Amino acid sequence: MTTVPGAPTPAGLAGGHATGAGVGASVARPDGTLKVTGEFAFSSDLWMADMLWGATLRSPHPRARVRAVDLSGALRLPGVAAVLAHDDVPGRKTFGLEAADQPVLASGEVRYQGEPLVIIAADHPETARRAAAAVTVDYEVLAPVTGAEAALEPGAVPVHAGGNLVRHVRIRRGDPHAPADIVVRGRYQVGMQDQAFLGPESGLAVPAEDGGVELYVATQWLHVDQAQVAASLGLPPDKVRIVLAGVGGAFGAREDLSMQIHACLLALHTGRPVKMVYSREESFFGHVHRHPATLYYEHGITTAGRLVFVRARTYLDGGAYMSSSPAVAANAATLGAGPYQVDNVAIDVYAAYTNNPPCGAMRGFGAVQACFAYESQMDECARRAGLGPVEFRIRNAMAEGSVMPTGQVIDSAAPVAELLSRVRDAPLPPRPVRGAPAGAAGADLRDLPGGVSNTTHGEGVVRGVGYAIGIKNVGFSEGFDDYSTARVRLAVVAGQPAVTVHTAAAEVGQGLVTVQAQIARTELGVDQVVVHPADTTVGSAGSSSASRQTYVTGGAVQAACAAVRAAVLRLAAARYQVPAGDLSLAAGKIVSAAAGVLADLAGLLGDEVIEETVTWRHRPTYPLDPDTGQGNAHVQYAFAAHRAVVDVDTELGLVKVVELATAQDVGKAMNPLALAGQIHGGTAQGLGLALMEEIQVTGGAVRNPSFTDYLIPTILDMPPMRLDILELADPHAPYGLRGVGEPPTISSTPAIVAALRAATGRPLWRVPVRPDDIAEVKP
Amino acid sequence: MRVTCTVNGSAATAEDVWEGESLLFVLRERLGLPGSKNACEQGECGSCTVYLDGVVVCACLVAAGQAQGRDVRTVEGIIAPGGGLGAVQQAFLDCGAVQCGFCTPGLIVAADDLLRRIPGPADAEIREALAGNLCRCTGYEKILDAVRLAASRMSGGEPEGGAG
Repeated sequence: MTTVPGAPTPAGLAGGHATGAGVGASVARPDGTLKVTGEFAFSSDLWMADMLWGATLRSPHPRARVRAVDLSGALRLPGVAAVLAHDDVPGRKTFGLEAADQPVLASGEVRYQGEPLVIIAADHPETARRAAAAVTVDYEVLAPVTGAEAALEPGAVPVHAGGNLVRHVRIRRGDPHAPADIVVRGRYQVGMQDQAFLGPESGLAVPAEDGGVELYVATQWLHVDQAQVAASLGLPPDKVRIVLAGVGGAFGAREDLSMQIHACLLALHTGRPVKMVYSREESFFGHVHRHPATLYYEHGITTAGRLVFVRARTYLDGGAYMSSSPAVAANAATLGAGPYQVDNVAIDVYAAYTNNPPCGAMRGFGAVQACFAYESQMDECARRAGLGPVEFRIRNAMAEGSVMPTGQVIDSAAPVAELLSRVRDAPLPPRPVRGAPAGAAGADLRDLPGGVSNTTHGEGVVRGVGYAIGIKNVGFSEGFDDYSTARVRLAVVAGQPAVTVHTAAAEVGQGLVTVQAQIARTELGVDQVVVHPADTTVGSAGSSSASRQTYVTGGAVQAACAAVRAAVLRLAAARYQVPAGDLSLAAGKIVSAAAGVLADLAGLLGDEVIEETVTWRHRPTYPLDPDTGQGNAHVQYAFAAHRAVVDVDTELGLVKVVELATAQDVGKAMNPLALAGQIHGGTAQGLGLALMEEIQVTGGAVRNPSFTDYLIPTILDMPPMRLDILELADPHAPYGLRGVGEPPTISSTPAIVAALRAATGRPLWRVPVRPDDIAEVKP
Repeated sequence: MRVTCTVNGSAATAEDVWEGESLLFVLRERLGLPGSKNACEQGECGSCTVYLDGVVVCACLVAAGQAQGRDVRTVEGIIAPGGGLGAVQQAFLDCGAVQCGFCTPGLIVAADDLLRRIPGPADAEIREALAGNLCRCTGYEKILDAVRLAASRMSGGEPEGGAG
């Protein structure tokens, strides 16, 4: 399947024939109409009569001792209903995804700029903000620890009592010191990227009559929120009922808690509903970011262009708290050699605590940082071997049956060479006519670097083409019990069979609600499918992360539908006195192998309601050996390749990306329209990391917490994107599908930087690439 | 203070408005119209785009008092004359231009404004007109498709769902 820019693929109409709105169709989103009319209720849109507004007082210092906190100024303000600090947290004082190391409200010490100390509820958001400003905190400001490598040096000040090493992942395979003809060394850096979802952290907590609380919130994993909130409130989990409110994007930033515990504390304390909505500035301090990384790579190759060894040391700055740093480190290590066959490997990845902003999950975590380094290395290896960049990669490409540096054998499709050759062979965009005046036959100013700033009419502009490919694990790894739960209900409504699918899986924009309904239509042959709002009254679905939700919750929905189907056939077997094994359910009819159609589904069911709840797991994974990093740690691998075409104004360092071509193996395109959207969006986030996106941190302090100063790609920055989709089924996965959300984010960054190097000849070892790095005149 | 204006064709009054509130806050929190969105509240993202006396503005940058006596039209008022979806809204659905949807209301208003001013925009004109509307999910490709499709339907190239 190839789509080219400018050719709309309209969505199919929901409610058509069952087979037309099932798996594989471009079914329209069920929430689409509400979203285009402004009626869809996001977490910041919630409102209740008598509700209060919450606000948070945060530390302005990256590291300080807190000598005293005086709340009296806030308590005196009219309209303030509650002012709460550390001692007011009734249960566990800390929270965290992998370890509960982060204070709900700090006391004694603050470890990063933006750490919450005091929360307030008031009758107006401005009153709450003024009350926060009226709290007096006596700080003894301390020198912050501000770099991962420095944090791990002997004698470094410990950010936590146990020292600054969060995790070291060590991988050894073969002989990493095997002799090679050519050794290519490089040092690379990746800046701190922000997920920059548009819907800020927000939600509404409502106290319940049973002493519990109901929380409506935008999150990626309801049950892990529930467990953490309940622990800190000192309540049993069933007293904390969480309902997914409309989620305005996630990209990893909603894996960790933000305002969840705070809003619930304020609601329980005041006995009134409490709404909290972060501003954009507060949002930059309210969630974790992508780990900045420094990566040292050495590749040994033969003169014939074969990889002999890879040796790598990577330092990830985890910031003040653990969040998901251990998993990020595992990805950076296990995927650190890239999608290449290399028998001799030594990879060490270190994640460190510092007093920088906490870092954790962002789309493609660990794999993004590693890919920038190994793909930069591949280009230099190719150059040194006298081969083209695609030729060198194909010569060393892994394939099904290849062995990862962890010893894991890839046991489904790994079309690395094919993806690369597809992007290489795609037609190139036309070159502008040289020397023609702008606005006539020549380039439109808007197509040139600098755009309507009128910085060039083509002079000094050089075109470059670059390639990259990446590898990503799908799902949770290293022995994690990764499962999802689905409840499927079949009943007759208004004379027609109707299905309700209920899971706790978070729809974050990716289209999971659409896919769940498609699966139910395909499995049960019923047109009318409703996806119940996600909440904690059904079992956990796991996280909408790691490109896993269509795989795992899709698998659970498929399995629950199979259980419902079996119950239908048992009912039919009893009713018609035939063996259930002879019966099937097809297009809404009960069909007997011997006698043909016995009944339609509605006729069979009558008033019967069939409901089945199934917990579904993917194949188990296993821990990594702590000394050698060997082990079958991942359940599935996914691959995407990019070709970038750029125009660079070499005098000013300005860049116009002309086109991005992508090839990706998705196993099965469950919804081609939504799939294209995932690849486009992921590619755009990779462009952002290549060219503009960085949270600038100096001395632990964030210098650009706004959309004025932290830039994400606009419609002017994005080029046309050409997609080439492969569907090579993974026999181990539902419908053969492969997770799709993350791979496009991984390879677009190094492809763009490779194109910039091709255009300018500059080494460009750091992303985002700045104009200074490109321009011929240094500042 | 009290603020009275016309919103989506009807008279609207907000009581007890603090002078520091924006038009966006009044729409969302006092008039029950949360369709206009609060992604940055400093005029960078376009998610709160509304018409003010027929001109598109970021509602977050308009002080509530500035709306006194004026005509405001929000995404909730972008409907076809018959009451169905406008052409831009229908095209966003058909083309898959909606993912999380947080940028969508602002884009609907901005694209509606573009097609009123320029019925058959070139791609460069679409990009220029929508450059003030950030989207983090789609990479904009399907948004371009949607605006092209809406333009084509509105000019009679393909049957449309409404007049936009």
